[in-house]
Amino acid sequence: MAASDELGALTKAFSGFGVDEKSLISILGKWHPEQRQTFRKGTRDFFIQDERQFERWDDRHVIQLQHEFLRFKHAIVLWTMHQWERDARLLKEALYKGPQHNVLIEVACTRSSEELLGARRAYHSLFDHSVEEDVAFGIHGPERKLLVALVSSYRYEGPKVNEETAKSEAKFLFSAIKEAAGNKNLIENEEVVRILVTRSKLHLISVYKHYKEISCNYLDEDLDGHLYLQETVQCLCKPQTYFSKVLDASMIPNVDEIKKEAVTRIIVTRADVDMKQIKEEYNHKYGVSLPNKIEDVANGNYRDFLLTLVARGD
Amino acid sequence: MSSLSVPAHVPSVAEDCEQLHKAFTGWGTNEGLIISILGHRNAAQRKSIRQVYAETYGEDLLKALDKELTNDFERIVLLWTLEPSERDAYLANEATKRWTSSNQVLMEIACTRSPKELLLAREAYHARFKRSLEEDAAYHTHGDFRKLLVPLVSSYRYGGDDVNLTLAKSEAKLLHEKISKKAYNDDDLIRILATRSKAQINATLNQYKNEFGNDINKDLKADPKDEFLAILRGTIKCLVCPEKYFEKAIRLAINRQGTDEGALTRVVATQAEFNMKIIKDEYQKRNSVPLDRAIAKDTTGDYEKMLLALIGHGEA
Repeated sequence: MAASDELGALTKAFSGFGVDEKSLISILGKWHPEQRQTFRKGTRDFFIQDERQFERWDDRHVIQLQHEFLRFKHAIVLWTMHQWERDARLLKEALYKGPQHNVLIEVACTRSSEELLGARRAYHSLFDHSVEEDVAFGIHGPERKLLVALVSSYRYEGPKVNEETAKSEAKFLFSAIKEAAGNKNLIENEEVVRILVTRSKLHLISVYKHYKEISCNYLDEDLDGHLYLQETVQCLCKPQTYFSKVLDASMIPNVDEIKKEAVTRIIVTRADVDMKQIKEEYNHKYGVSLPNKIEDVANGNYRDFLLTLVARGD
Repeated sequence: MSSLSVPAHVPSVAEDCEQLHKAFTGWGTNEGLIISILGHRNAAQRKSIRQVYAETYGEDLLKALDKELTNDFERIVLLWTLEPSERDAYLANEATKRWTSSNQVLMEIACTRSPKELLLAREAYHARFKRSLEEDAAYHTHGDFRKLLVPLVSSYRYGGDDVNLTLAKSEAKLLHEKISKKAYNDDDLIRILATRSKAQINATLNQYKNEFGNDINKDLKADPKDEFLAILRGTIKCLVCPEKYFEKAIRLAINRQGTDEGALTRVVATQAEFNMKIIKDEYQKRNSVPLDRAIAKDTTGDYEKMLLALIGHGEA
């Protein structure tokens, strides 16, 4: 490989999601000290010129590298875990790393009733607390009631839906959203929360459908400005759209670590559930296939592992 | 402990079904036979009987009972024949449909059952009513009551004995603060009661008493007519000393005080195979009279006989 190509390959090997182990071995492993120095001098992103005449690793990049090297390990461990333990740990992490409301909403709303119950059981075993007590204790804003109720839900999953009720609840949501008119406290509207938090998913999909007939906009569109409510509706009514959106927002260069973690989380947790629909949705929305996007931004073992997961069920 | 007495040699399920069927056929009903069989079978046995009865006679046993029996006797036999989770689901649904601010049944079921039993009840609710318990509870209740009841019926508390004393102290302080300010519907107050494990709540209430001198329920008696305070006190009792709650519910029903007339039937039917022995002890302690005698004095006929059979009257 030409020297400039090697430089480029090595830079890529150290950037993006995961590391390109093969390139690191084949290129870096055979470089003489002078070649390594050329690399250090040439990559301002990774190295800083120290006042005492040497090129120093940028600490932040070393920390970032740690995340990248561990990304494959984290994906493997998460994938191998029992689904209940996985969700319980995701919930716990979401609480103390943030809190990350979107992850709490995602886990609570995109799992089936039995899966969420399993996660709650595992949470008891792992942390000697109930998930609802920790969420109630760890979340302080007006969104607390919504989040506690979401993680406590045990929704009916049968086919029966009362269309009249769904219609009237859609009407109610329409006027509640209009009245709130950008005011932040729609999330404190008990009736709005009641509907989203207790009704079955099929019922809510019916509400979503009736809402469009009343409003000409979709319910989640009209919930712009009410992030947690919007995410709740998306996760409950159109999870594949939600997941492809989050994936796309996460696979951007130089995005923060928390966003990057979403890629592993979503692909590992959905690989056996609805990955096929997510791929379709992604392709439809962004004009590029999800596997191609992953090829673009991810490296090495991590990339290969993601691609394998994404190809399941094809 | 269960007060139910099952005979040492139980007839086969087919025999039980045959006898029950005989009890319905012809003129009138042989209530005594119904009591002697159903009143002395545990949940698994009753389940088998229902199954075999339906297979043999092509009718749900409960439907047959509904046709033949009436009033209090019918209600207790029907409730009793159901499995515990179905029974809880049935009672919870009834409570949502006829909910008023003095109705404590939802709270009673949510707080006196173990976390697992509450889950089974919620599952049975899905199967029978094609909706979730929390959706009906949320729909039919309102205001502060909804604020308390929906989290209570949705809870899946940690069931271990682990207790954090530091947390107990700080939450006792928080409770006292809110109660002193009469902020009874405060979010944190409800949070503690609705999410903490029973062991943790117990520890918190002990700290409360140590630190502030009174039992928390004494401090929650500020207004005897306030129904929300009543349900808060009930919640606490159900979580930490359910036998005292049940004793009081039975006592008020027998003495025709209060608004919960169905309490005697409900408590006996739901507790006979769980905590009835300790409730009987509590009753005797509080009223200086055995529960059997109080029931015999207050009720009559087959209803009385069924109640007495379920509380283990006449057994050692």
